[in-house]
Amino acid sequence: MRQTLRTGAAWAALGLAGSAALAPVATAQEANLVINDEIEIVTKAPAPEHMDYVREIFSGWEYRSRETQDLQMDDFENPGMIGVDNARADFDTALGDGEESCASCHESPEALEGVRAVYPKWDEAKGEVQTLEMQVNECVTERAGAEPWDYTGQRMTEMVALISSVSRGMPVDVAIDGPAEETWEQGKEIYYTRYGQLELACANCHEDNYDNMIRADHLSQGQINGFPTYRLKNGKLNTVHDRFKGCVRDTRAETFSPGSPEFVALELYVASRGNGLSVEGPSVRN
Amino acid sequence: MAENVTPRVRVPKEATAGEVITIKTLISHPMESGQRKDKEGNLIPRSIINHFTCSFNGETVIEVAMEPAISTNPYFEFQAKVPESGTFTFTWIDDDGSTYEETKEIAVA
Amino acid sequence: MKFSRRQSLAVLAGSGLAVMLGGRAAFATPTEELIAEFTGGAEITGEGLSLTAPEIAENGNTVPVEVEAPGAEAIMLLATGNPNPDVGVFHFGPLAGAQMASTRIRLAGTQEVVAIAKMSDGSFARAAQEVKVTIGGCGG
Repeated sequence: MRQTLRTGAAWAALGLAGSAALAPVATAQEANLVINDEIEIVTKAPAPEHMDYVREIFSGWEYRSRETQDLQMDDFENPGMIGVDNARADFDTALGDGEESCASCHESPEALEGVRAVYPKWDEAKGEVQTLEMQVNECVTERAGAEPWDYTGQRMTEMVALISSVSRGMPVDVAIDGPAEETWEQGKEIYYTRYGQLELACANCHEDNYDNMIRADHLSQGQINGFPTYRLKNGKLNTVHDRFKGCVRDTRAETFSPGSPEFVALELYVASRGNGLSVEGPSVRN
Repeated sequence: MAENVTPRVRVPKEATAGEVITIKTLISHPMESGQRKDKEGNLIPRSIINHFTCSFNGETVIEVAMEPAISTNPYFEFQAKVPESGTFTFTWIDDDGSTYEETKEIAVA
Repeated sequence: MKFSRRQSLAVLAGSGLAVMLGGRAAFATPTEELIAEFTGGAEITGEGLSLTAPEIAENGNTVPVEVEAPGAEAIMLLATGNPNPDVGVFHFGPLAGAQMASTRIRLAGTQEVVAIAKMSDGSFARAAQEVKVTIGGCGG
C-alpha cells in the first residue's frame, strides 16, 4: 500500500533495495476519495507555482489510516455531517430580533456553492482580507442586525461546515495577488518564522518533514482544504484557527488568537498552498 | 437532557419480502464517560445513552446495552429481515431518562 | 437484597481467604468477572464468532469494531484494558437479518478487545484481537 510506503521506514527499505525512485509508489490497493460514490475529491495535485520547495501537494486524508479514511467516504458515516445538518436548520432560522435569516438573501445553502473554495478573500468595501467566518459574521451583524457569533463557536463552525460541504470537489482557488498580496506575504512570513521555546515554524514539520512520523503520527502537509475537520481526538468539528492555535501552542509559544489578523494572514497563505486540491470540509481526521 | 440530540437513520425505502437489509444509525450525543476531569480537576459526571433498540412492526431486530466505552455520537450498523411492508422504530434511552425516537417506513414490493 | 457488581466485589474482597480458597468463585480481573456474569460460569468451547478491529487504531477515541456470530442470541463486547472493560451487549431479535453488528468504541490504550457470543444452543464462543492504540504526534 502506498500509504505504508510513504512512511520513513518504508523509504529506508526502498533505499536498501537500491531504488532511486522518490515518488510515492502506487499500487492496485491505492484508494481514491469519492464521497457518497458521487463527489470525486482531488487529494493530490501538482504544487502551486508559488511553492518553492514542494513539488506535489497532498490532502491530509492521504496520511490517515484506512479506517479513518473510510469515515469520510459516506456522509452517513461522517460524524461531521451532524454539524452540517444543524447548520442547515439554522440557515432558515431568523437571526436577532428581525426577520432576516441566511435564507432571506441566499435561497439555499446550495446557492453558496463555490464560496468556500475562494476564501479567504479580499473584501473591497472593508479593505481587508476576510475569512469565511468574518464574512458570515458580517452577514449576521450588518445584514441581520444580530450579535456576532463566536469565531470558533459551534454555531459558526457548523455554518462554515455547511458552506464548505456544498463546495466539496471544487478546487481550492484563493487569490494571492492584487490587493490580497500584502496579507499573503505576511502569512508566508509567519509560516516560515520559528515560534516558541521549541523554535518551530510551520514549515519545519509540514514542509520539511511531511510523510515522516512524529512519534506515532503520520505528519501531513498541514493542508486546510478539509476544514472544518471532525477529529476523532475530540469528537467534534474543529476550526482552522483552533488548529493553528494547537500547533503554535505545542511549540511552547504564546499563540495568536483565532480571528486575529495574524491567523487570517496565515490562513490565506496556507490555503494557497492547497490551491488545486478539492474542498473537502467537513473532513474526518485523527 | 443532553443538548441537540438528533438521531439519524439510514434504511432503504424498498425491499422484497424476506430480504435482509443493512441499517445504519448515528445519534449526536457526547457520551460523557464519567472518567474525564474538567479544568479544575473535578470529575465530569457520566451522561450517556445506555440503551438502543430497533424493532420492526413491534418485533425486535436488535437491542444494545451500551456502556461509556461507546464513542461520542454512537454509531451502529446491523442487518434486518423485512417480512412485509411496515415501520422500523429506533429508540435510544439516555441516562437522564430522555428517550429519542425515530421511525422509518419501508415498502415491500 | 440485590448486589451490584462492585458491591459483590467488595463482599468477595471482604470475605477474603475463604473465598480465595474457594478457587473458581474468586475472579481475577473485572473482565473475567463480566464474562462469568454473561456465561453464568459456563465453559467457553463454541466457535463461529468473528471479531474485526483494526490492528492499529489511529486514535483510541473512535475505533471501529464489528462482531458476527451466525446463530447467536447475544454478543458481549469487552475492552480489557479500559478502566471499565464493558463496552456493550448486542441482543439479536427474531427479525435480525444476521447476528452481526458494528460500532465505534473507546480504547484507553493498546489492549485486547474480546467478544463473547451466546449461541442459541446455549454454548458460548470467544474471539479476541489486540488493537494497538497510537499516541498522537505533538498533541495539537
